[in-house]
Amino acid sequence: MSSSDAHVVIIGAGHAGGTAAALLRQYGFAGPITLVGEEPIPPYQRPPLSKAWLKGEADADSLALKPLEFYAENNIDFRPNLKAVKLARSDKIVTLSDGATLTYDFLILATGARAIKLPVEGADLKGLLELRTAADAEALKATLGPGKRLAIVGGGYIGLEAAASARSLGAEAVVLERETRLLARVACETLSTFFQGRHEAHGVRFELGASVVGFEGRDGHVTGVKLADGRTIACDAALIGVGAAPNDEIAKDAGLDCARGIVVDLEARTSDPSIFAIGDVAHRPMPIYDRMFRMESVPNALEQAKQAASAITGRPAPAGETPWQWSDQYDLKLQIAGYAFDADEILLRGDPATGKFAIFHLKGDLVQSVEAINSPPEFMMGRQLIGARRPVNKAKLADTTVSMKEVAA
Amino acid sequence: MAKITYIEHDGTEHVLDVKAGLTVMEGAVKNNVPGIDADCGGACACATCHVYVDAAWQDKTGEKSAMEESMLDFAENVEPNSRLSCQIKVSDALDGLVVRLPESQH
Repeated sequence: MSSSDAHVVIIGAGHAGGTAAALLRQYGFAGPITLVGEEPIPPYQRPPLSKAWLKGEADADSLALKPLEFYAENNIDFRPNLKAVKLARSDKIVTLSDGATLTYDFLILATGARAIKLPVEGADLKGLLELRTAADAEALKATLGPGKRLAIVGGGYIGLEAAASARSLGAEAVVLERETRLLARVACETLSTFFQGRHEAHGVRFELGASVVGFEGRDGHVTGVKLADGRTIACDAALIGVGAAPNDEIAKDAGLDCARGIVVDLEARTSDPSIFAIGDVAHRPMPIYDRMFRMESVPNALEQAKQAASAITGRPAPAGETPWQWSDQYDLKLQIAGYAFDADEILLRGDPATGKFAIFHLKGDLVQSVEAINSPPEFMMGRQLIGARRPVNKAKLADTTVSMKEVAA
Repeated sequence: MAKITYIEHDGTEHVLDVKAGLTVMEGAVKNNVPGIDADCGGACACATCHVYVDAAWQDKTGEKSAMEESMLDFAENVEPNSRLSCQIKVSDALDGLVVRLPESQH
């Protein structure tokens, strides 16, 4: 089939789906593209929702990946407020929530992930919020301000970013974390301790080892979070940020291989050669770690959008990447490259007390990941070292008088 | 509003009207100009919106922050006139700006 008459249907208009549509056009794909999104607005950047947008430093227009007219101008049929409900692979037909059917030559599943809900008493009260979409962020922002108190269930990155933004808007913030430290699943103890200290200095309160057993309310609206130890933490609203689950049901129902998400290869192709899966929903190979896993990050969404668009247009696959992500809290810029898989040593470069340091996770003398706080050189060189799989001199790496360029030389 | 010319590495020119208040990066990305990736969306976290600012415009585009300087220091193919385009705010004073794009952002 020539690409000029193929129809690409993209289900999911988040960062991954929106980018895939734009890249197909950049790469010269001339056939029709249909982009189906559950939200009322075209694709936008989610990361600022917990940061710049929440603090009022970015408006909706600036978050949009492309202006609305971009889609019509580029013959991309953007269909908002819809999701796919059924996939018939033998006929290459996908059915949407309004009953319409689309026949595809290539299908890209970019259905993302959804916030995990807490299965506890009172979980249906008003004022219980999550933060994934622009609408979620609007609802959260409406609850923040001087004299208001936000309870945040989950001490992960979303929770901490929301806490920082809440404080800057004058609201009280209390973070309830089940584990005995923050960021327990995603960062090492040094970083957990550092972030806790910085947030406490900004007036955020923490309850660690706190198991949430329910929510209390009055007139249908949340007034407090009940903990397993019997205490109730009063609040005006509660943000739940305890992780996300992939929206892979449609793929499972259609018999596509799924693990912790939809299984894909290095081209982002699923077990059906006409179907790709990209972004938060994909369970993908990562050769530098010799394993497969699912990632929730913008760089991952972009990378896989490139893979799928390249495969569909017959371009060579993009070079293997080193995964990375970032977080902004107060005046702290955290940049993370890689994942600490199989690491057997943690090496600290710099002094956390200065607010500028990096933590390297090593496997023998190979860098597996780096967490860099206000330290771009450590992030940038660390990322290159991870990708190159080149041994590093640990004594030099630990010595801040040796520049990162010399360390990597 | 400012007229900005983006020149791809292969010489392809894109002349765009970019609204004041946006960044030079946003002007390119929102118009689907290839060659500016801007993975982080303007957070100065990734150095994938690298451009070369034409000599005549270097003063008008302002000073680099320490963070930008530091990120650029580790990007590929950096020249004295390299900038991260997410850190250049568009204003009427930049009407006529010309930026060239590197071969690759990665």
